Amino acid sequence: MTNEMPDLVDIQVIRRGIKSRKRMDNIFIGVGLGSLAFSLGVLLVLIGKLLVEGGKRLFGQGIAGLWNFLTSVPDSNPEVAGIKIAIIGSFCVILLTAIIAVPLGIGAGIFLEEYAGRGDLPIPFPKWMSNIIEINISNLAGVPSIIYGLLAMGLFKYQLRLGETIATAGLTLALLILPIIIVTTREAIKAVPQALREGVYAIGASRWQMIWDHILPASAGGILTGLIVGLSRAIGEAAPLVTIGALTFITFPPPFPFSPKLVGEGLHGPFDWLFSPFTVMPIQVFDWVSRPRPEFSVVNAGAAAVVLVVMTLSMNALAIYLRIYFRKRVKW
Amino acid sequence: MEQTNIMERTTIARDKVKAEVVNFNFYYGNFHALKNINMTIAEKKVTALIGPSGCGKSTLLRAFNRMHELYPGTRHEGQILLEGQDIMAKDVDPIEVRMRIGMVFQKPNPFPKSIYENIAYGLRIRGIKNKSTLDELVEKALRGAALWDEVKDRLDKPGFSLSGGQQQRLCIARTLATSPEIILFDEPTSALDPIATNSIEELIQELRNQVTIIIVTHNMQQASRVSDYTAFMYLGEIVEFDKTNFIFGSPTQQRTKDYISGQFG
Amino acid sequence: MSDTTNLLLSVTSKEALAKRKAREFREGIIQILLAIAAVSSVLVTIGIMEVLVGESWKFFTNPELKEVGIDNIFADFFNLVNPQWTVLFEEKHFGILTLLSSTLLTSFIALVVAIPIGTTVAIFLSEFAIPSVREALKPILELLAGVPSVVFGYFALNVISPLIRSFNQDIPGFNRLSAGIVIGIAIIPIISSIAEDAMRAVPNQMREGSYALGATRLNTAINVVLPAAFSGIVAAYILGVSRAVGETMIVAVAGGLQAIYSWNPLEGAATISAFIVQVSLGDIEFGSLEYESIFAAGLTLAIITLALNLVGFFLIKKYKETY
Repeated sequence: MTNEMPDLVDIQVIRRGIKSRKRMDNIFIGVGLGSLAFSLGVLLVLIGKLLVEGGKRLFGQGIAGLWNFLTSVPDSNPEVAGIKIAIIGSFCVILLTAIIAVPLGIGAGIFLEEYAGRGDLPIPFPKWMSNIIEINISNLAGVPSIIYGLLAMGLFKYQLRLGETIATAGLTLALLILPIIIVTTREAIKAVPQALREGVYAIGASRWQMIWDHILPASAGGILTGLIVGLSRAIGEAAPLVTIGALTFITFPPPFPFSPKLVGEGLHGPFDWLFSPFTVMPIQVFDWVSRPRPEFSVVNAGAAAVVLVVMTLSMNALAIYLRIYFRKRVKW
Repeated sequence: MEQTNIMERTTIARDKVKAEVVNFNFYYGNFHALKNINMTIAEKKVTALIGPSGCGKSTLLRAFNRMHELYPGTRHEGQILLEGQDIMAKDVDPIEVRMRIGMVFQKPNPFPKSIYENIAYGLRIRGIKNKSTLDELVEKALRGAALWDEVKDRLDKPGFSLSGGQQQRLCIARTLATSPEIILFDEPTSALDPIATNSIEELIQELRNQVTIIIVTHNMQQASRVSDYTAFMYLGEIVEFDKTNFIFGSPTQQRTKDYISGQFG
Repeated sequence: MSDTTNLLLSVTSKEALAKRKAREFREGIIQILLAIAAVSSVLVTIGIMEVLVGESWKFFTNPELKEVGIDNIFADFFNLVNPQWTVLFEEKHFGILTLLSSTLLTSFIALVVAIPIGTTVAIFLSEFAIPSVREALKPILELLAGVPSVVFGYFALNVISPLIRSFNQDIPGFNRLSAGIVIGIAIIPIISSIAEDAMRAVPNQMREGSYALGATRLNTAINVVLPAAFSGIVAAYILGVSRAVGETMIVAVAGGLQAIYSWNPLEGAATISAFIVQVSLGDIEFGSLEYESIFAAGLTLAIITLALNLVGFFLIKKYKETY
């Protein structure tokens, strides 16, 4: 064999070939690192630009200026306009979003992993229905957020007459992040080994006892990570809220439960805040960045964006940390 | 431990030495997987590695073409000499080692390409671009793997379209095409049915006079049928290494006797 | 022996039966509650369909169309030769291609940016980086994915657009090139993470077959891993397109808001999503033609993304079944 194909085994030829192929490998490593560096570079330039421009408003007048920005209401004068209403609005909307989306999302995730498609259910659940839910969720996850905006406008604002309120916004964002929470909950539950389920059943536990006592504690880390990622997405979303008219000039925060009414007699009810007009951080950024004056479109928008990015990136960083932490701790 | 006895018997008598394992130790993290292995591989003969699961036989086989370097967390000491040159040395390029020592795996693993390209791939990365040379070498390799007649009319079909046994012969053919000096077989029939197993064994019989073969197998009958030399490994050590008919006929170690008579494993 | 008998008897006793009934009832209630949560996701889809299809239906059958001089709304809507979208003008036209052209153009630019970078990153992380390096580098991409899209809009308008205009001051500040580039940056993490998942699902034994022949990592990546992960990588691109097509705030901030039919990336013009934003910024009357038209535009967008998502879903399912 060797004599018939000398070119195949000539070690010098082979070595030259290896050398040139290795050079290609090294070039690719350079390109790969370059691509990652580009992504990182974009992130750094973005944050740098926000800090440089937004910093003029945030840090230009020392700590007092920063405090003034965070606690002032919108104003036509860029130097005194602040984001108080937007911060409170974001907080209220996200609170409602979480109240709706967390139980629904986790519940749906548990159902799809631990009930749908299993044979021994108290009440049978048809397989075709779980298939529909499955395809439905993966499609919902890909529906553009502006379409949720149309849902909010058409269904909540007009058909259900919820108007341009925190209730509409919270409901819309809850539906928007529902697929994220369902998918991450399912993945976390899926990671729990089947042997644990069988072990728990074998000592006579019921299905719900098995889920509540063993599956949920074992998958809590993954579920929590998904919740944080979902809520941070909701904090940053502007598109689904623009359509319900959240971009209005508001100088009053939503009424605190049982606080005295500004107009008229008596106290606010516990749920009045839900039906109050609002603005949120991403909408505030969009409002300012769309204005012609650079004091708004560059400086104030940048300053508000810094606060928004701090919110979302710190939540994302927390999620990344939690994922690594739980992965280290839990070993199957 | 009858160390001296083992050492005496682990040298091959009249055959030419193709490769030699010298004081070889291997670790996965803290786990000492191979302990002071010494053995010789005879040229153009079949050497079988047998032993129970986890005894280190696959680890030893994979060390021959430095497959372990693809994954982090492994470490080795000692040498494996290929015609006197230490192929485990840091300055020796693993890619060059793999070009001289081919490997056939447990489960058939054809590439997601046509039958033709499966064979041509190894030749192409050796710099052979000439179409007629490629055609010639592909045909030769497929004939060598007794597959040519079955696939000659559908060389452009995907490798996955073949049956399990044919896929494994395709994998042997792609290794043969590159004319390696040694071919490593890692339990090549464990995923195949008896008929396909038979055809692979026949193929190994035909190849034994052309190329040096090392085969890991679970199947002791297979080892006794196809190999010239057999090493019995247990817990990371070579318990006994000798001509196959001695190992299966008159083993000197009690553990070898127990294993080949089916008392454990 | 007697113990066993007692135990067997007690299982059929009245108390035990009542206990079992109570447990089954409780378990049944829990299952119903969880099933409602799962089915609620289907209600969301039904709600979206109801709103989009319902309002679009009203739009296409609106008698006002005759009054503004449109005899055949479908001919106008699907006018591909000379489309106009002049919903806010006196003489109204609703040629969807006007908006769709911008959507397609910005998405195309985004893909030109995101496919090479996203694929390269995926190959690098899956085939070259050792696990510890991979774990250290992936958070960069996740953080990039966590930037709100309105902030990316700010970046497009205040960083990328000035950069492009530094070559030629005649280019308007609102242009679709800068919006498209930034959409591309925003979808790099989607493409790279789905493509990387697909590549990592390729079994190692397939790679080993290649390495055993003396292949390098790049040889193996290109000749073995990419073809094996093909359906998953295509799914990554398709889901990336789907995100780009629906992206709203970047184009609303930086791409321009006027409905102009143009394929010139250096001009500003509204995409479907940007147009929806622009209309909802003004005072629109519920039930008016303007109001209904944004649902017709939205339905078009939803159908495109739905089709893309379904294809992506089945491609991912396919590679998950293969391995």
